[in-house]
Amino acid sequence: MARIGVFICHCGENISATVDCAKVAEVTANIPGVAVSVDYKYMCSDPGQNMIKEYIEKEKLTGVVVAACSPRMHEPTFRRACGEAGLNPFLCEMANLREHCSWVHDKNEATTNKAIDIVRTLVEKVKRNEPLMPIKVPVTKTALVIGGGVAGIQSALDIANCGHKVIMVEKDPSIGGHMSQLSETFPTLDCSQCILTPRMVEVAQHPNITLYTYAEVESLDGFIGNFKVKIRKKAKSLDEKLCTGCGLCTTKCPAKKIPSEFDQGLSNRTAIYVPFPQAVPNKPVIDKEHCTYYIKGKCKVCEIVCPTKAIRFDQEDEIIEVEVGALVLATGFDIKRANFFPEYGYGKYKDLIDGLQFERIASASGPTLGEIRRPSDGQIPKKIVFLACAGSRDPAKGIEYCSKICCMYTAKHAILYKHKVHDGTAYIFYMDIRAAGKNYDEFTRRAIEEDGAKYIRGRVSRIYERDGKLIVVGADTLMNAKTVEIEADMVVLATAGVASPGAEELAQKLHVSYDQHKFFAEAHPKLRPVETNTAGIFLAGACQNVKDIPESVAQASGAAVKVCGLFSNDELTRDPSVAVVNRTAPPLFSTCVGCFLCQSVCPYQAIEKEEIKSRDGKILKTVAFINPSVCQGCGTCVALCRSKSIDILGYTHKQVYAEVDALLNTL
Amino acid sequence: MKLGFYPGCSLEGMSREYSDSVVALAKRFDIELVQIPDWNCCGATAAHNLNKELSLSLPARNLALAEKEGFTDVVVPCAACYSRFSTTHHELMHNHDLRHKINEVMEMEYKGTINTLNVIQFIDKYIIDKIEEKIVKKFNYKAACYYGCLLVRPNNILGFDRAEDPQTMDVVMRKIGADSIDWAFKTECCGAGLSVSATNTVARLSGKIVDDAEHRGAEVIIVACPMCHSNLDMRRSEINKYLGKKVTTPILYITQALGLAVGISEKELGFKRHFVPVNLPIKAETIQKEEVKTKKVEVE
Amino acid sequence: MNEFEPKVVAFVCNWCTYAGADLTGTSRIKYAPNVKIIRFPCTGRIDFMLILKAFAKGADGIIISGCHPNDCHYTSGNFHAKRRWMVFRTMLDFLGVDVNRITFSWVSAAEGARWAEIVNTTVDGIRMLGPYDNYRKMVNQETEVNNG
Repeated sequence: MARIGVFICHCGENISATVDCAKVAEVTANIPGVAVSVDYKYMCSDPGQNMIKEYIEKEKLTGVVVAACSPRMHEPTFRRACGEAGLNPFLCEMANLREHCSWVHDKNEATTNKAIDIVRTLVEKVKRNEPLMPIKVPVTKTALVIGGGVAGIQSALDIANCGHKVIMVEKDPSIGGHMSQLSETFPTLDCSQCILTPRMVEVAQHPNITLYTYAEVESLDGFIGNFKVKIRKKAKSLDEKLCTGCGLCTTKCPAKKIPSEFDQGLSNRTAIYVPFPQAVPNKPVIDKEHCTYYIKGKCKVCEIVCPTKAIRFDQEDEIIEVEVGALVLATGFDIKRANFFPEYGYGKYKDLIDGLQFERIASASGPTLGEIRRPSDGQIPKKIVFLACAGSRDPAKGIEYCSKICCMYTAKHAILYKHKVHDGTAYIFYMDIRAAGKNYDEFTRRAIEEDGAKYIRGRVSRIYERDGKLIVVGADTLMNAKTVEIEADMVVLATAGVASPGAEELAQKLHVSYDQHKFFAEAHPKLRPVETNTAGIFLAGACQNVKDIPESVAQASGAAVKVCGLFSNDELTRDPSVAVVNRTAPPLFSTCVGCFLCQSVCPYQAIEKEEIKSRDGKILKTVAFINPSVCQGCGTCVALCRSKSIDILGYTHKQVYAEVDALLNTL
Repeated sequence: MKLGFYPGCSLEGMSREYSDSVVALAKRFDIELVQIPDWNCCGATAAHNLNKELSLSLPARNLALAEKEGFTDVVVPCAACYSRFSTTHHELMHNHDLRHKINEVMEMEYKGTINTLNVIQFIDKYIIDKIEEKIVKKFNYKAACYYGCLLVRPNNILGFDRAEDPQTMDVVMRKIGADSIDWAFKTECCGAGLSVSATNTVARLSGKIVDDAEHRGAEVIIVACPMCHSNLDMRRSEINKYLGKKVTTPILYITQALGLAVGISEKELGFKRHFVPVNLPIKAETIQKEEVKTKKVEVE
Repeated sequence: MNEFEPKVVAFVCNWCTYAGADLTGTSRIKYAPNVKIIRFPCTGRIDFMLILKAFAKGADGIIISGCHPNDCHYTSGNFHAKRRWMVFRTMLDFLGVDVNRITFSWVSAAEGARWAEIVNTTVDGIRMLGPYDNYRKMVNQETEVNNG
């Protein structure tokens, strides 16, 4: 005998402004099976929740429908309240009267009627709900950090220092990311590598961290607390245990004209290479695409000169499988390059470079040893034009967002340039100056007042080359949009920050949502910035949105805490809304006929074969069995099963058909 | 073969040599360009500045008439006419209601089957593959190809070449032996219709174009638009005054350059109508091996 | 004045379309009140016999909506739903069921405006098609025959 309690919330005025809540309560009281039907201003408040609890106890309710906001908002709140009152939480459902009704319709009878229909639907569903007990699964207390930039490093160290094991995977031969390419960092002008490399070494030496570089995630299986990850360790052509990092091979390699990725193409490297001197691990890898031996079968000089015989040309990629409980995504970002801008020459002018290239030029360990020189002829530029907002905030270029870091690093570039070339002039074309962090505005002020950077508010429409100079044609909007033409020796574009290459493929492998710009999606933009919609996978750093170092580090620590929180339990409770293959009395045992079509459609390989045996061990029937620890509750098998032998707790056939019935019948 | 031809007002008037050269070139390749009967002005800048329906009806009528005559390809040498025809076709094809409205206004139906070709597309489709065998005199001059505004913009409607640093004219010119140079003012505005109302502006804008071409050693500037030709050629004395020097670089229509290469006479190509004399230096007849630089031509 | 107000049932997935419809609400975008939503964990769970059940019980139109391809929270549920739909649609058409009354769509959690658009377009369409009494007549005749 069902005794359902219906609690209709006004949500302040959010619902009651367009829905006649009192009328809804009145009408739903007459639905067969409803014992109580009341309305109240704020159901989620303490008095509201207490009211529900009191009614549960007083009226001995067998089910509860809270007609209020979206269940995505407060289902856990009300389920917890019911649990505290002694009613199984899964006997509580929410009817969405706010997002799906009051907020989207006008105040009239139709809206109230719709609200009544919605409540009735959920009442019929709840009548057929069964009490469910959460499923407990063990937790593997190892974390996987994907990405070895500053965010990944911070996360890994934080988790490792909490006593948990960490596996870090980095696709480049060394960790460090873009921060290791920078010359100095704003606003303190700290030497970037000086503050980063100690952390990099700490990661390599930490007893709790296992570091795989030149490796990528191949696939992911499992679920929160119980992930199985396949990692592809790309062949370095090196026995790392024997290599001492002496570097002799890199000095002898004859293939010397390969553009260095670390120096953004401004210098060359060899085929066997260490990306930069402070690389961690400081061991080389062989670039198979450019190595003479791999291409033509000749050379092998490195193998000959290596004092410890560490070179292994026959090494293949290796796939290893690890079990982890949580993942932290810290894959970082990339920037657009000069060839993105047709109006600035499609990237054909050597002295028109991007921000990262300027960092390498300014860097003491860079291709010019820290002297600001033109890539074309090595001369010192006397006039540099910096273009802020190159590509960002521009719907015509497909990048509507602000890349956040460029205003600050452009000011930094101007300062660094002026410190090195005292008689040089720096012009900066800008739209706005976004310097919102701590000491950031003071920093940009410094660029203007102390270092004489000339800020021109306007955009640059064309850049072309004439007689060895770059002619920059822009406008000064603060001078009535006067055309400004500057004959520059060098131009630096503060190009838009974009998602890291391969971000989309990785997101699809991990079932993590991403937006139209391929940045990973956080679970909630305001309140859950380090979580994704995929349970157990967390975000850190620029892979979620371009950001600067302090924010990346903060977010990384945030993600680490979430991971440690997850690991603070030995067991995780899982949502019990899983699929079940029915079992009946002998001789049928189950209506399942053993076709196992369900097995082929389950995305999680949760369906197994179960042999039903007689007392003397004879196999009577082989039917499907769904592992409740693995099933995620999607219900694909339920709809697919031709004999309707599978049902999903929480969305059973009976419930769903009753909902359709209820929705369409009028009282 | 016969193709539809829309000369437009300029080609009948001030830029008669353009029309003559297009027709003569086509004839050399056995193509007869047949004018759309009873064609009207395309409306050009005046119409689209004042009244949208008018600016669409005028070109639409020409397109509808062309359809009636049974043409599919229509050659429209003037870049402005080409732009209006293409925009009209695009708008009518994408907007059901608008198409009905315009059909009502002109009391004719436009079904959308006309393929408007600018002069470069015409050369590319019908002439360029056959030109090698007909070349009698290689056009071995340094040429600056000037595209102007309307040939390549707005790119998402015209879908022709790329809006910055276009290459289609350069490719054609190289086929006849020209050294087509890379220069900075390929698509910069010449001043357009301000030729009469603000001639100083035209002197400045067109002056910069001519100056850059000359600075980079161009012996000739190639155009595919009567407005461009007029500003760079007819306004040369104002340009010279602005630049403070006398620049003698002649302006040739691309069809005139091709015409010269295949042996059509200067008289037939209408050189005498130019303000800047076309005194192209006579160079040695040695056939130079074409070094077509493999530039990545990304025609988006 | 046409008095007929269509009844449309929407079977949506919890992770994308339901969330997208929530976003429509949060954004206060108004749409026609004729559509009522039934929540499923995934479009893969949707048994298409529900479509016939809904028509039999009084629905004039149906919307099935889930995550965009490649974005399914459970990886592939939406692919199965789509495949099922393609076969089922052909079969329904063959049987004489008006398949124009059924809309199959992808709406993501970020597409609040799109959900409103789909609802409005579908409701307008169903309004023009009129009430689906033919189906109910046919089903009830069956019932009469069976019940003697």
